[in-house]
Amino acid sequence: MSAVLSERAAAVLSVRDAIKRFGGVTALDGIDLEVHAGEVLALLGDNGAGKTTLIKCVSGALRLDSGSISMDGVEVAIHSPRDAQALGIETVYQDLALFDNLNPIDNFYAGRELAGPGWVPRSLRVLRRRRMRDATEEVLERFQVVLPQLDGTVGLMSGGQRQAVAVSRAAAFASKVVILDEPTAALGVRESRKVLDLILRLRDEGTAVIVVSHAMDHVMEVADRAVVMRRGRKVGEVVPSAETYHEIVSLIVGGAD
Amino acid sequence: MSRPGFADEGGSLMIEQVVVSEPENEARSVPEAARRRLAFDRYHLLRLGLVALRAGPLLILVLLIAVVAATTPVFRTSTNLGNVLSQTSVISILALGQLLVIVTRGIDLSVGSTIALSSVVGALLYQDGHSSAIVIVAILATGVAVGFVNGAIYVWGRVPHPFIVTLATLSAVRGIALWASDGTLIFGMPGSVQKIGSDRISWFPISYFVVIGLALLVLILTTKLVWGRWLYAVGGNPDAARRAGIPVSRVLITVYVLSGLAAGFGGLLVAGLTNAGSPNYGQLAELDAIAAVIIGGAAFAGGRGHVGNALVGALTIGIIRNALNLHNVDAFFQLIVIGVVILLAVEADVVRGYLENRFRVAQAARHA
Repeated sequence: MSAVLSERAAAVLSVRDAIKRFGGVTALDGIDLEVHAGEVLALLGDNGAGKTTLIKCVSGALRLDSGSISMDGVEVAIHSPRDAQALGIETVYQDLALFDNLNPIDNFYAGRELAGPGWVPRSLRVLRRRRMRDATEEVLERFQVVLPQLDGTVGLMSGGQRQAVAVSRAAAFASKVVILDEPTAALGVRESRKVLDLILRLRDEGTAVIVVSHAMDHVMEVADRAVVMRRGRKVGEVVPSAETYHEIVSLIVGGAD
Repeated sequence: MSRPGFADEGGSLMIEQVVVSEPENEARSVPEAARRRLAFDRYHLLRLGLVALRAGPLLILVLLIAVVAATTPVFRTSTNLGNVLSQTSVISILALGQLLVIVTRGIDLSVGSTIALSSVVGALLYQDGHSSAIVIVAILATGVAVGFVNGAIYVWGRVPHPFIVTLATLSAVRGIALWASDGTLIFGMPGSVQKIGSDRISWFPISYFVVIGLALLVLILTTKLVWGRWLYAVGGNPDAARRAGIPVSRVLITVYVLSGLAAGFGGLLVAGLTNAGSPNYGQLAELDAIAAVIIGGAAFAGGRGHVGNALVGALTIGIIRNALNLHNVDAFFQLIVIGVVILLAVEADVVRGYLENRFRVAQAARHA
């Protein structure tokens, strides 16, 4: 299994010996993680295993106490969400971080509006609305996301549509890695299906995708590789298949084989 | 545990999609189609309802004007229309500032007191023989200063809600105005200030030109510039705005500075109209401004509201007062009417939220 993995080129993103403590609690206890371009990596583990802490460190919401993060083999410093975004890492948290009062276009570009001219202070630049609309339409078409209308506010959309807006927003701006925290947790069967298809399309475009999920069915379906965490450590790395299903479950719950 | 077709190889996905979708198509028999059509009609009905609610405040204003004009001949005279605009100009300007504050989920209670202080500052400077330009700049700068104090204490002092901060400055700023003026009205304003506050071109008050000019500025700021996007993003989801790299603190402080500046303009118009500065000006003006924004259809919970809401709300209040005056209705009764209108506007917002929920469900069913 590990022979197959090491055949590939340098990982797009790799975390080495990551440690993160909250007071007396060690949330990450020397964990290693790698993701490659065009790969879906599932991050599994029970509640409190450290999955969310790990992705928060990668996406800049938290800082590692020690350890290193590299992109394409070069060590990088991620101190804020902006740093992560600038490196091509986009994260969709469970709350989606959408603006319910804005339409999908404005949601896409919130905080990174296309505007000019450049010599004017950023806040007083004139919005390039046509360009933002065209670019948004193009992205939505590329990912085959169908929304009721681009002028309607996101607050009036269904759970699946909102998830699609959040994921395609991340996909549009991530040049390297997209991290999804429980992307199907709040969705019905049909809507989950659409999000999973979106994940696969992202992978096919060569993006590395990290999915944190409790939905084993979904993990088995889309993930190329699964890393199982327990108490801040990596306890297993498995290629999901029918044969390894029970192995993964027992790794998650920590039962002896 | 049944897990049909998980992806051990690339091709199995397609198979699952076909297997899942086919029986569902067969199951969609006649009652199913009828149900979908019903959902479709409900969708359009709800959409119509939401459009009507959105246009509601403007429709009510038009209806109000029509009814008052039909029943009250005096109302239609150009002199009276000029009076209405003149009496509405200060509320309108305050409402423009208050709109920005309310969009960010805030409130600014200090604007009435700021009108008083800025008029007093202007009157004192004029008394000392300063030029009209200095007087005007000082009046506006007083507003900016109070707004900056509000914003800075709210943001940097990490006060939980601007209600508390601006309640404090409502009291303190009025106190400063009383102290600076010895509690008395100070006569005398430069000619240019008097002109802005009280002159008319034909029947149209110059003060309302100020309203139009400021409204255009706020319109550009909120709809054309990056700052406007930030404003609505902060109002819609402050946490997400912060995560998206929007300078939330700066946006909030700017909002209170602009509301203070609006109050400064209010002070300029009141001082010009009365040819005086007084620590008693602008009492309860903050409540008129908030009422105007809500009556105009902006959401008190934040995130939604535009320049039209502020202007329509202010005009509605102005015309109701004017009509009741023309009919010699007791001033006490005016307060009751305005109170009822505020409640109706808030209730309309509640109904809107309810319809939006229904609309979301109907739309999801339609696009499933």
